[in-house]
Amino acid sequence: MKVVVDQARCVGAGQCVLVAPEVFDQREEDGIVVLLDENPPADLHEQVREAAQVCPALAIELEG
Amino acid sequence: MARGRCPFDPAPELSRRLREEPVSRVQIWDGSEPWLFTRYDDVRAVLADPRVSSDSQKDGYPQQSPGIKARRTRARSFISMDDPDHAAQRRLLTGDFMVKKVERLRPRIQKIVDDLIDEMLAGPKPADLVQAFALPVPSLVICELLGVPYADRAFFHRVSKVLVAKDATPEQSLTALEELLGYLGELVEKKLTDPGDDVLSRLAVEQVATGGMTADEVASMGQLLLVAGHETTANMIALGTTALLQNPDQLAAVRDGDDKLVANAVEELLRYLTIVHTGRRRVALEDLEVAGQHIRKGEGMIAAGEVANRDESRFPEPDKLDVTRKARHHVAFGYGVHQCLGQPLARVELQVAYRTLYRRIPTLRLAVPLDEVKFKHDMVVYGVHELPVTW
Repeated sequence: MKVVVDQARCVGAGQCVLVAPEVFDQREEDGIVVLLDENPPADLHEQVREAAQVCPALAIELEG
Repeated sequence: MARGRCPFDPAPELSRRLREEPVSRVQIWDGSEPWLFTRYDDVRAVLADPRVSSDSQKDGYPQQSPGIKARRTRARSFISMDDPDHAAQRRLLTGDFMVKKVERLRPRIQKIVDDLIDEMLAGPKPADLVQAFALPVPSLVICELLGVPYADRAFFHRVSKVLVAKDATPEQSLTALEELLGYLGELVEKKLTDPGDDVLSRLAVEQVATGGMTADEVASMGQLLLVAGHETTANMIALGTTALLQNPDQLAAVRDGDDKLVANAVEELLRYLTIVHTGRRRVALEDLEVAGQHIRKGEGMIAAGEVANRDESRFPEPDKLDVTRKARHHVAFGYGVHQCLGQPLARVELQVAYRTLYRRIPTLRLAVPLDEVKFKHDMVVYGVHELPVTW
């Protein structure tokens, strides 16, 4: 799985950080998404999929 | 649409439409007939579509009430703007509500919650949970965050109530708005010369002083945060408690559960109750199709989140309150770029409030029969006007 985030689309709702804190963080100054791990291990895939699904701005894309 | 016999369920007419005609036209107060979307997938599709506008000044926008229409022509905040204006304003605030920053407020929120419970326990029985607990918790938190003196709460609770009343006249609505904007405008001016460590001070110094925004624009943003910050969470605390008291096994699960269960219960209560229950309003910017239905440019659209959150295709046995359910994908905070900015704060407040209240007062119960509790059918944010409780 490869994770791609679009910081321009992000609205800082923070849902991804709540669901998968090992993979997503927020920039301290403006809460915009920061990707911590673009190839997360398999045991995090379900959380990452959920994060992508609940992102209100459709800013998380998953490949593979 | 009024809710039905079960005060926690969406209006029966909405549930009927979800089953029988999930995309349909509905006539609203001004005679116009916007499209109504009830299914979960359609609600999300509408709210995430960049061809769909939140601009309440546009022709065809389905206004909620005469009062709300009047006040939206006076003061615009980013909830009624489209990108890029919306994003530019929202981004001035996203840092203040980010998950880690809000987590740092948790000990302070815990202290507020504990102190209010101490006071309630020391006071007379029965008590009104709304006035003693549900309202002061978010009110204190948002006041501290924004830098609004809590001593002025009687004033802004009064005007805030008018601003979310469906039956407020345009005159009442505008008067309340002018009072609040005037108050916040003066506060912003004061913070320009004597800033504190709060959101309004930061906006005064970074925006007003540099010409990025006017004091009136910051006041408009402040009124949105102040009203949204306490009308919503306060109602979730009181209505959530009402629902849990009707479901003692669920309340026991919350009371005895670990942090993870409490966090999960918050999501389920948000889904089950969906207190913003008058639909997210939009207007089509161009011709488009939703669920096979052709929508024309300029036609109004209402995405009914409260019934979408009862769509059994996404939530099995949707009318059951089950605090162990996976419900995080609910649309109680909306969806799309306008999804609630304050949701991390709301979550922490609700987690601390529910967790602490039932643990510290395990014998908490209603002091009147449920049918004597006055529900907020007359408000754009659902809840209870009062909640007499004893212990």
